[in-house]
Amino acid sequence: MTIANSLRTGPDEHGRFGLYGGRFVAETLMPCILELEAAWEAVRRDPGFQAELDAWLADYVGRPSPLYFAERLTEALGGAKIYLKRDELNHTGAHKINNCIGQALLAKRMGKRRVIAETGAGQHGVATATVCARLGLDCVVYMGERDIERQKPNVFRMRLLGAEVRPVSSGSRTLKDAMNEALRDWVTNVESTFYLIGSVAGPHPYPAMVRDFQAVIGREAKAQILEKEGRLPDVLVAAVGGGSNAMGLFHPFLDDREVRLVAVEAAGEGLDTGLHAAAMLKGRPGILHGSRSYLLQDEDGQVIEPHSISAGLDYPGIGPEHSWLKDIGRLEVTAATDREALEAFETLARLEGILPALEPAHALAATAKLAPSLPKDALVVVNLCGRGDKDVYTVARHLGVEL
Amino acid sequence: MTTRIERRFAELRREGRAGLVTFLVAGDPDIPTFERLLERLPAAGADLIEVGMPFSDPMADGPTIQAGNLRALSAGVTLARTLECVRRFRARDDTTPLVLMGYYNPIWAYGRLRFLDEAVSAGVDGLIVVDLPPEEDEELCLPALERGLDFVRLATPTTDDRRLPAVLRNVRGFLYYVSLTGITGVKEALAEAVAPQVARLRRHTELPIAVGFGIKTPEQAAAIARVADAVVVGSALVGEVAAHLDAEGRPGKGLVAAVHGRVEALARAVRTARS
Repeated sequence: MTIANSLRTGPDEHGRFGLYGGRFVAETLMPCILELEAAWEAVRRDPGFQAELDAWLADYVGRPSPLYFAERLTEALGGAKIYLKRDELNHTGAHKINNCIGQALLAKRMGKRRVIAETGAGQHGVATATVCARLGLDCVVYMGERDIERQKPNVFRMRLLGAEVRPVSSGSRTLKDAMNEALRDWVTNVESTFYLIGSVAGPHPYPAMVRDFQAVIGREAKAQILEKEGRLPDVLVAAVGGGSNAMGLFHPFLDDREVRLVAVEAAGEGLDTGLHAAAMLKGRPGILHGSRSYLLQDEDGQVIEPHSISAGLDYPGIGPEHSWLKDIGRLEVTAATDREALEAFETLARLEGILPALEPAHALAATAKLAPSLPKDALVVVNLCGRGDKDVYTVARHLGVEL
Repeated sequence: MTTRIERRFAELRREGRAGLVTFLVAGDPDIPTFERLLERLPAAGADLIEVGMPFSDPMADGPTIQAGNLRALSAGVTLARTLECVRRFRARDDTTPLVLMGYYNPIWAYGRLRFLDEAVSAGVDGLIVVDLPPEEDEELCLPALERGLDFVRLATPTTDDRRLPAVLRNVRGFLYYVSLTGITGVKEALAEAVAPQVARLRRHTELPIAVGFGIKTPEQAAAIARVADAVVVGSALVGEVAAHLDAEGRPGKGLVAAVHGRVEALARAVRTARS
């Protein structure tokens, strides 16, 4: 069924979501991006590929992930009923593997033997290393030196899985620089290499392709909430760095206009301190890493180094589809600080026995502000997109505990 | 009406030699030193000048030019100041073609049409914007051509015959052949690999063909000069700037002379390559 004025039809043939998106890449990469687009168009319509993907998601990733009623959190906040979409229960502990499986299967079909990836928190790197190990592909992961320091357990995990982790020492030594370095690798090894981008960012077709691989989150959540509550939720809440977990949850609901979509950016030390990663709230449209989208930049168009306690949100941009949805008023954007995320981390641990990753802790912090103002029969679904084991060192440091 | 770029390539053809294109980052390591470098580039043998517009995230550049970009940004270089440098250069030199090279975001942030108008009035002859492939021509290429500003495109080893017509469609000035798949200044260009590629390009275009990426030494430049219309040298010169900075990053005494010396040696090699 086609819905008139559907918001789910983008991008257009130029890879644009309104002003945003596009293919702003060096000529060396263009033939490769066009080849990828053609390969992607072929498999997305291929029932055989979809069946193969579904089997991997069921038996290897462990989908569907539960939609869990957080009863004690709901009681404590005293407002809306809060459900958690438990994507932290996936193999490798985050939503990232949904996309990695899809792209790695596509890489194999395209005959590429070498996969490269960028990673911030390390979750995408671990998921990429995992699927490459399973599918027998060579894997190189670029990671900023600063993130390597913050995410040591994940670095070791990647190495155990047979991936080569290459530290990136340029720029702010975080996710954006890892992506620059991955692009430099891709330009250099374009014939042999598949660039497995971890977020709904980068040149077309990545934002659409990653979204489609992650949309399994929202499709499941929709069926699950209908089964449990007999109706759609009132609010969906997800953290955004590049924006893949949020887009995965939101996209199947875009045309359900009564469902509020709340994206939570990292406010770092505070939105007015300059030390944050709130691209949509504090940035302007700009061009980085192959697409136009909201971007943290100075007056001269130089990219500003972002800040967040969460390595996965420490990115100066945001996926182009988010920017478009914000501009047309479909997406609500809010933010949570480092401190608020830490509080939410501790709250969830104590009330529900779940250690959330610091990324979804931002979504939980926003939920803690939002839920009390909603009626008790309102339904909120929060994307719990990763588990917090990787963050225990960071959290300990902030709590003044030495491990 | 002919352009400076057309006139320069016509002269080179008459002289039966290839041209030398030099690349430096605007304001590297600081604006006064850069302007001294720029001023004497033609006398040192640069036939055409490329000036990099600094960007915080130069994705197609290797470590040497990345560092040059960061030095320039630390020195306070902006797009407006880059254009001022060009304007002052042009007041003294009305014949040497000057092309600005960089990435799209600083131009977009400045305002594309404002940038194009000011670039024309400052005396810029052409633009190379790394992250604007033909698929995005409406962004900057077409408005640039309308204003008489040449848009120089990169063709690469991955640009196959099927794609070449699209790449060549709106190119003016010259075609810049990237000699290798990769970033600037890391691998080495091989004339044996470049020659058949240049021959392939010539079957598709009458435009002059410059070859760059991975050309460092006078010997390499001479080898490329035997097959191409111009040879682009960038990282080697930016590296020469870096090699003459003191521990605090300030320009040492010999910096300007060393860079010009490097240009002279390259120019000699390029000028005599076919004789």
